[in-house]
Parts: sequence; structure tokens; C-alpha cells
Amino acid sequence: MDHVSLVRALLLVVPAVLVWLIVLRLRAAWRLLLSIVLGIVSAFALTLMLAPGDLSYLVSFATMGAIYAILSLGLNSQWGYSGHLNFGVVGFFAVGAFTTALFTTAQPTGLMAQYSQQVFGLQLPFLVGVIAAAVVSGVVGLLIAVPVLRLRTDFLAIATLGIAEIIRLIFQNERWIANGPQPMRGIPQPLSCLFDHPATCGWLPKTAAAFFAPMQPRDYIYLYLLIVALFLAATYIVLEIALRSPWGRALRAVRDEEQSAAMSGKNVTSFRVQSFILGAVVMGIGGALYAHYVTSIDYSHFKPLFGTFIVWVMLMFGGSGNNRGALLGAFVIWAVWTGTAFLATALQPLLHAVSPELAERSAYVRWMLVGILLLLIVLYRPQGIIREEKVVSGFLKERRPD
Amino acid sequence: MNRGERSLQDPGPAQSAVASESALAPPPAVSAGTTRRSRVRAVVGSRLFVCLILAGILALFWVIGLARDESVSRLLSLTVWGIALGGIIALGSIGLTLAYGVLKFPNFAHGALITTGAYIAFAVVNAIPHSAPLRPFSFGWELLAGLVIGMPVTGAVAVLFDRIVYRRLRRSHPTLVLYAMASLGVAFVLRSILYLAWGSDFRFYYEGRANPALHLPFDVRVQADQFFNLGLALVLAYLVHLLLTRTRMGKAMRATADNPDLAQVRGIDTERVIAWTWFIGGGLAAAGGVTFGLASQLRPEMGFIILLPVFASVILGGIGNPYGALVGSLIIGVAWQLTAAATNPSYGPGVAFGIMVLMLLIRPQGLFGQG
Repeated sequence: MDHVSLVRALLLVVPAVLVWLIVLRLRAAWRLLLSIVLGIVSAFALTLMLAPGDLSYLVSFATMGAIYAILSLGLNSQWGYSGHLNFGVVGFFAVGAFTTALFTTAQPTGLMAQYSQQVFGLQLPFLVGVIAAAVVSGVVGLLIAVPVLRLRTDFLAIATLGIAEIIRLIFQNERWIANGPQPMRGIPQPLSCLFDHPATCGWLPKTAAAFFAPMQPRDYIYLYLLIVALFLAATYIVLEIALRSPWGRALRAVRDEEQSAAMSGKNVTSFRVQSFILGAVVMGIGGALYAHYVTSIDYSHFKPLFGTFIVWVMLMFGGSGNNRGALLGAFVIWAVWTGTAFLATALQPLLHAVSPELAERSAYVRWMLVGILLLLIVLYRPQGIIREEKVVSGFLKERRPD
Repeated sequence: MNRGERSLQDPGPAQSAVASESALAPPPAVSAGTTRRSRVRAVVGSRLFVCLILAGILALFWVIGLARDESVSRLLSLTVWGIALGGIIALGSIGLTLAYGVLKFPNFAHGALITTGAYIAFAVVNAIPHSAPLRPFSFGWELLAGLVIGMPVTGAVAVLFDRIVYRRLRRSHPTLVLYAMASLGVAFVLRSILYLAWGSDFRFYYEGRANPALHLPFDVRVQADQFFNLGLALVLAYLVHLLLTRTRMGKAMRATADNPDLAQVRGIDTERVIAWTWFIGGGLAAAGGVTFGLASQLRPEMGFIILLPVFASVILGGIGNPYGALVGSLIIGVAWQLTAAATNPSYGPGVAFGIMVLMLLIRPQGLFGQG
């Protein structure tokens, strides 16, 4: 095993351990131990067995899947916990992405300023950008929640869909905020100096710099997967704790039995607003991670079909009201979406026989697959693959009806 | 003009929500503050006040336009274009509001039906020989043939999807959300079929055909096609009116919209009513698609682009009320076009959604809904 593969494998260990942690269903201590062992084994096995190109593809797939998983978790805390039919996921996604872009890039000066405009550029570190994205997205969520959450379910869906479109139109047309119709480029990637020229990472110990020296910039995605996986794990843990806390159980009460919850002295409006903001914050974090991943964003990334509806399909598929379901749905639907590229290639000769034009358009088969999958879920398993747990309290130790 | 008879509005869920709120409200010892607030809300939510706000928004656009040195003739032209655009939106929104009233869910696949109709007409136009343009219009008989064929075919597509998806779903009496999700799935499937059949390129019914504007008084420049679009919308809206008021099926539709259980008890075959609702909604959507394609161009996203203005019109007019949808469409269309006079024209749809959200906040039952 050469040095480059070793670094890759080491970077994959943590995401692999996290995957095993969520997949295995054992007692805590055993689970941790076994996950670590299996994680190390599977990270090295993947690195050794897959061709480097395939491995990179898998890593970029997992990164986008994890970003979608964060969005799906955010939507779950709005729809799954509290029954807000938010069809404006992409609005918070966009707010998060553009906020971190503004906080971490530099204000263009001189000649560049003629081509690229932005309202400010603070050049702050990545983490500050993500926190700012979460805060701004939460504030936008609050501003939307207070008037809109009073609406009937179907009106809420239509209103949020409209608000997300307005947010996109603003980013598209107001050049002074974030370069309008032109993309915002050069969003920095955290720790990318390790893969670029390690010598420029001034704070880095010499040995570490030497360790990363042979890595190419294209290997950066391995590190970014690690970062995204850590964010996803943190989001998942926080949301799990929140759902199983008295607060989370009150949310479910407000969702299912609003009047009883109110009669038990719960401030229904306040709970509904809080869960909406929580979801908005999580979606904003997802947007920030996306911006630092693709490094160049513009309004066209934030269309409802791609940013809202696919997240809904993910959550419906995995099972709303269940964070593990949200994770499962995100990765499965993302696999269906990206996997259709292979399917389209496989179908190419058949389609070509029908009509040469059809073969060129085979990529659109993915919409059909996602649509059919959604219809099947709605018709035959509306609760999703993993259904909601009836008992979520940590104090009630009965066997959970899975 | 008895509104009670004409309205398909179903205030059920909204009313029950109000009732449950009042049941929860604290006992009569209400402070002066809350009564004042409820009085303010009653005034703000009154039909007159909402009309004033809407008129004020449109007037504001005119004033800003004049302040920005736009000529009166341009503002007039924009207004007329807006009315024509409103006609196109109305064709979509009348069908959507009928289906919303009868089936009680927001059909997010309605945009895909609009696109389907436009492309079916496109296929017909390309399949048959072209006649000379019917001056002053830019199109020939073949487009009318496309319209006549596209409308029932799209209606049939809508009924087909009802048979495959929604009827199966209805048996399990699901929540509104599952219906909405199912309509999303239908939208994805229809859209992918359109993509596979025609690709993602822009298409035109008549590539590069001259379509000169008419010369009207006050130097208003309008294309004859725009009058055709508006005229078609008004004629079809009138036909829907006749259907709803004069035929047994129309009355059955209104009864089902008002109270499905009661309608069924009274011997109305609700499944048949639902099928007809889909057929009519799909047909109107197809007409909307053809006129929209004639006014701009055909592309697979066209239905989604117009879907939100269509929803905005439905909400503005009050759900289930086709007359309200027509009025709402005209307001939305004019507001959309007048945006060009006041600010960046690409905010047109944004202004439409903004009006919709405002309406939802101050008068969720819509202009013609009962308070």
C-alpha cells in the first residue's frame, strides 16, 4: 500500500466508523467497539479493492449524500416532528450557502470588482461561516415562521414554496448582494492547504506537513467527506437528543393532539415556531457545507425540483418522524438519482434502437424513477421504510416496537 | 348572481380550525387589547379592504412607473399584456381550483398537465400541413386543431393518472399530505416523459414567424394573439360557468365540493364527478399550455414556471371558486406585467407570490370566500 492510499484510507476511517455506528443495532459498548473495528477494516478494504477513480466517485457520492442527509434531517425536524409542510427547503439551503460564501470570501477589489460584486466579504474561517449560515438561516426561519405557521397545512406548503422562489429571485437579480446572475467563485475550503502546498499551512507541525506532502488537490474530497460526516453525525446526535427529550415529545404532542397539548399547558405556537427554526438552522448548515464543497455557487443551484422536492422524496422514502429513516432515505434516493446515470448507459443500446434522440435524453429517466418510487411509497408504504417509533423517551425502557 | 349558489368554496377545514381555536380561547374576560386586535383583523380581512390593498398595489406600480418616466402608453400596454397573461393563467387556475374544490388537495402536478397539453398540441401542429396564418393572428388552423385535440387528450391523461394513482389512494382515506406527495410523483413522471419525448430545448409552434403588434388607440402595442388568448380564456370560463350552473354534472360537482358525503348519500356518483373534474381541469390546463406556448415558447419547465402564479390566483380568488380564480388570474397577470414598470421585470413572478402570501395572511379564504 503506497503512501497516498494510506492517507486516503485513514481519512475514510472515521466516516466508515460512523456508518457502522448507525447501522449496527447492539448494546452501546459492543457497538462502539465493533464499529471501530469494522470501520477500519472497511476503510482499508475499500481503498485496496476499488480503483482510485471509483473510490473518488464513491467519496464524492457520499459527500453529496451526507449534505442531502443534513437537509433531510432538517426537514424531518419540521415535518416529521411537528407537521410543518415546508415546501421551501431550498430557500434555507440557499440562504445558508450564500451566507457562508459572503462570510468566508474576500471582497473583490480593483479589476476584479468590475466582474464580481458582493455586499461584504469577511474572509473569516470556515467554522465561523457555517455558524453564520446557521444563524442567518434561523433568523430567516423565524421571520417566515411567525406569520406563516398560522396557516392551514396546504396553504403553508404553497406559501413556503412561493417564499423560496422569492429568495431565489432575490439572489438571482440583486447583483450587489452575491453577484446576482453570475456565480460566486472561490469559496475557500477548510484545510485545503494540506492538499495544495502543505508548506503554506504555517501552523502545521513539520511531520504532519510531510505526511500530507504527496497528496494532490484532487484528494481533498477525502478530507471534506470527513468534515461533512462529522457535521452530519453532530446534527444527528443533537436532533436525536432533542427528539427524545421532553421538548421533542412535546413537539410530537403538538403535532398529533394540538388541543390536548395546549390543555397541558404547552405553548403551542411557541413550540411550532421553535421546531421550524430548528429545521431552518439545520438546512442552513447543509447549505453552508454545500457551498464549501462546490466552491462556486449561483442562483441556478437552488431550484425547487432539485433542492426541495428531492429532499421530500428522501424523507418520505426513509420514513418521516424518524432520523434514521431520514438518513437512509437521503442516501438511497441519492443513489437512485446518481445511479440512473449508469442505468441510462446500460439502456443506451435499447433506447437507441427506439430512436437515436431518445438515447441522448436517457438521463431524464431518473425523474421517472424518482417519481415512480415516490408513488409506490405513497400508495403502499406511506410511513416510509423505517416507521416512526411510538416510544421515544429514554426513561421508558420497554422494548421499542420497531 | 347569487354567490351562494355559484361558489364551490369549501370552508370546512378553515372553519373547523377557527372553531377549535375559539373553543380553546380563554373565558369571556377578554381585555380591551384583544378585542381591538380582533376588530383590526376583521377590518383588514374584509373583502373591501383586501380589494383596496390590491388596487393600491397596482396603482402604486403605475405611480412608480410614471415617476420613473415610463410613458403612459407603455404602462397601458403593460396593463393590457397583464390582462392577456391573466387569461393564460386563468385557464390553468380554473381547472386547478375545480380539482382543489372537489378533491381537497393542492395538485402540484397541474403544471405538468399544462406542459403536456402544450406539447400534445405541438405534436399535432407538426404532424398536419400548415395553412396560411389567420391574420391578424400569427397561427393557422393547425394550431386550433392542436388545441381541439390537445384538450381532450390532456383531460384523458389526467383521468388516467386519477385511475392509476389517486383513486387507489382515495380508498385508504389518506391525509392531504399524501395526496400532495402523490401529485409530486405524478408531476415527476409526466415531466420525465415529456423530456424523453421532446428533449429540454426550447420549441416554438412557429419558429421565426413574424407576429407584428396591432396599432391601437393611445399607442398601445398589443399582438392579436394576446387578444386570442384572453378571448379563449373568457369563452372557456363562460363554458365552465354554464356547465356548473346548467348541467346535472355541474351541479353534482358543486355538491361534491360542498360536502362529498352528503352528495354520495343523495345518490351522486362521486367517482364519476371526480373523473369529470379531472377531465375538465386537464382540458383547461391544455388550453392554458397552448396559449402560454403561443405567447412565449415551449419547454418542459413551462408548467412549473406558471404553476405558482396559478396557485396564487386560486388562493386569491378562494379555493374551489372558478370565478374567483378568473379574477385572481387577471390581478396576478397585471401585477406580474406591471412589475416591469416599477422595478426589474424578472421580479414579476416574485410580486405574484408576494401578493399570494399577503392574501394568505390577511384573508386566507380568498376574495370570494365566506368570512
